[in-house]
Amino acid sequence: MSEAALIGLFVATVQFGTLVFLAALGELIAERAGVLNLGVEGMMTMGAVSGFMVGLETGSPWAAFFAAAAVGSLVGGFHALVSVVLGADQVVSGLALTIGGLGLAAYVGRNVVGERPETQFTDLGIAGLADIPWIGEIFFDQPPVVYLTVLLGLAVWFVLARTRLGLAIRAVGESAPTTDTAGHSVMALRSVAVMVGGAFAGAAGSFLSLYMAPGWTEGMVAGRGWIAVALVIFGAWRPGRLALGALLFGFTLALQPRLQTFDIEVLGLDVSSISPALLGILPFVLTVVVLVIISWRHRHRPSVAPAALGLPYRREER
Amino acid sequence: MASTDADYAVWLRGIEKRFPGVIACAGADLRVRPGTIHALLGENGAGKTTMVSVLSGVYRPDGGEVWVNGQRRFFQSPADAIAAGVGMVYQEFRLVPTLTVAENIVLGAAPGLLRSAEIEERVAELSAAYGMAADPTRPVWQLSMGERQRVEILKALWRNASVLVMDEPTAVLTPGEAAELGLTLKAMAEDGRSIIYISHKLDQVVAFCDEATVLRQGKTVATVDNLDDVDLSSLAEMMVGSSGGGYVQRPPALEAGPEVLALQGISALNDRGLPALADINMTVHSGEIVGIVGVSGNGQKELAEVVTGLRRPSQGRVTFKEQDVTEASPADRYRLGLAYVPEDRIGVGLAPKMSVVDNAVVRSYRSQRRGLMLVMAKCVQFCQDLVERFGVRAGRLHDPVAGLSGGNLQRLLLGRELAEQPAVLVAAQPTRGLDVQGVAAIQSHLADQRADGVGILLISEDLDELLALSDRLLVMFEGRVVAEYGPDVTPRTVIGEAMAGQVRA
Repeated sequence: MSEAALIGLFVATVQFGTLVFLAALGELIAERAGVLNLGVEGMMTMGAVSGFMVGLETGSPWAAFFAAAAVGSLVGGFHALVSVVLGADQVVSGLALTIGGLGLAAYVGRNVVGERPETQFTDLGIAGLADIPWIGEIFFDQPPVVYLTVLLGLAVWFVLARTRLGLAIRAVGESAPTTDTAGHSVMALRSVAVMVGGAFAGAAGSFLSLYMAPGWTEGMVAGRGWIAVALVIFGAWRPGRLALGALLFGFTLALQPRLQTFDIEVLGLDVSSISPALLGILPFVLTVVVLVIISWRHRHRPSVAPAALGLPYRREER
Repeated sequence: MASTDADYAVWLRGIEKRFPGVIACAGADLRVRPGTIHALLGENGAGKTTMVSVLSGVYRPDGGEVWVNGQRRFFQSPADAIAAGVGMVYQEFRLVPTLTVAENIVLGAAPGLLRSAEIEERVAELSAAYGMAADPTRPVWQLSMGERQRVEILKALWRNASVLVMDEPTAVLTPGEAAELGLTLKAMAEDGRSIIYISHKLDQVVAFCDEATVLRQGKTVATVDNLDDVDLSSLAEMMVGSSGGGYVQRPPALEAGPEVLALQGISALNDRGLPALADINMTVHSGEIVGIVGVSGNGQKELAEVVTGLRRPSQGRVTFKEQDVTEASPADRYRLGLAYVPEDRIGVGLAPKMSVVDNAVVRSYRSQRRGLMLVMAKCVQFCQDLVERFGVRAGRLHDPVAGLSGGNLQRLLLGRELAEQPAVLVAAQPTRGLDVQGVAAIQSHLADQRADGVGILLISEDLDELLALSDRLLVMFEGRVVAEYGPDVTPRTVIGEAMAGQVRA
């Protein structure tokens, strides 16, 4: 296989990694606050269609990107209203978001199918670094969203670990009554976390429709939202591990369409004969394996998952 | 009377609070002077916790006024109450196990940017100032109950609370820790803070507190301005009213029957993987009540779980009617005749959202089926019999059990476990939190079962109950049986010392 194909594989790994990392980072914020949002796929799809349409209308990829974030946050806001404010089952509400989001996106985008945007994000050749062989092309000649996502990852880590707000979010994900009686508003913390998470998912969706596969087609998110949900578990709800997992999952996603063009053998097995569908389930298999390992390692101490994940809270219940 | 509201640190006036089907407070009053430790007394369900929940902003009252430090307050949330200087230590601690001591203390009152080292240093200074040792860097899940309580108190001090509410503070403490708590509270009162101390351990109330308010059925029935002026028995009388409060008469001694349960060299680990039981040897005979006493957390829970098959011992043998059941499942043990009234009535004992009928038959459903199907009519009949025999006031049988009171839940649970005539009953804290009638009913059922030849392992924190009912009393300390007393009356002080690990030869 050629060097160009291999570099292409790693360039795509970084981009797919960015896609699932951004969406998973949003889900991580919501889950650390104790809200499970299974609507990531729907929020990404809504972000993809709205970002693409705003891009067509304005010609500005940044306007499109932020519009998609706003739409994602709005869809997340619906989940917050139903599950946090009204206390409905988070699983049901989240699944409704995915199913409803896919349908609504198909309706909203019915007239733009097949259109091409005039402008899109251009790759930032970072001066000096982009010229390094291999590394330069893979890491330092990517669209700005990639670098923005890295910064967001650092920001999320910092906020969670080093600020009063982050402490409150971590606490409310472990025990809502504790956080309430400590004087924080459970409802506000969780709603904001879900809406910020939605914005991340919406933005991630637009990265797909504006850059990675410019255009809009129904179902174009193609399960990457679910991979993001799995990635949060794989990353054990920690931003750093999430980033590592994103690169691994990004690699499997990048490998999938390329697999059958590879003419190499691994351990006597012709790689091109592996079904891409089989590769597609790898992230989920890995997630289950990791989940078993971390549950086992934590058998004598509190679970890694936020203890209040999925539990609604009402103050005056008794 | 002239308005003296400014003189009080706390004045709750005519508080009313209703829940669906329950009136928790019906115009109760509470006045606390600054710099005093005020006991809030009353039986379970008298409205103590509801009163302080109103004070801490968790409940909004349906009627009445809340005054704190001379100002009328309308708390919309716990945050409002905290801002007004009210700190609350809940019976079930409000701490996040995965966070550190320092993080828990500053939660809700932290600086915008957290610098761990700086916060930990300030927390360490605060705990040193009140003589409460607490390592600020440790995660809370690693702490003992006494240490967790210290963290809760430090949390209130961190916010500079002028009023500290403590709900049943000594329930989880060893006697030594309880005495230490008394000193801490005294120091805080000398600082000019007021402490509201909810308890029904009267001896401690008299030892720690300056004044008292007694609640009964949601109303204030007595206020005592100086606790030195009253004695224990008159306080107890005020709490229970005319309904009395004694324990059942000790049942007459019986000829001990054959051995039905034996533990040989049992050791086991707790949920954290630390040793919980060490080399336990004990037997229970038919027609005998063996009492287990100890400060909570000394292995009683794990002991019950090992006997019932919910926890696998790391060493040793469990024998049931001369049959080795060490490896047998809980279901097998039930079929052999082992019944269990667990400490957690709701959750382990009963499924709160399932109906009375479903909960009643969940053990013995095999007798209510035809082929693969459950016969509903049989189930209802079974449940009906049980409800009548054990005096469960259950309302409608198809409603969830979550709506039943504690006493009725326990009657239902005990009835279910006894329905198929077990040979051994393991009862953990069977009367905890029940009202006087409930306690009496459960205790007389236990006495009846003993007379019918059931071997009973009774685990309780109520020493009076154990002294009244047990044929033999075993004291547990740090996972071991450290002392055994016969049916003759043993001085409580001797047993108390054994509970603290000091066994007199």
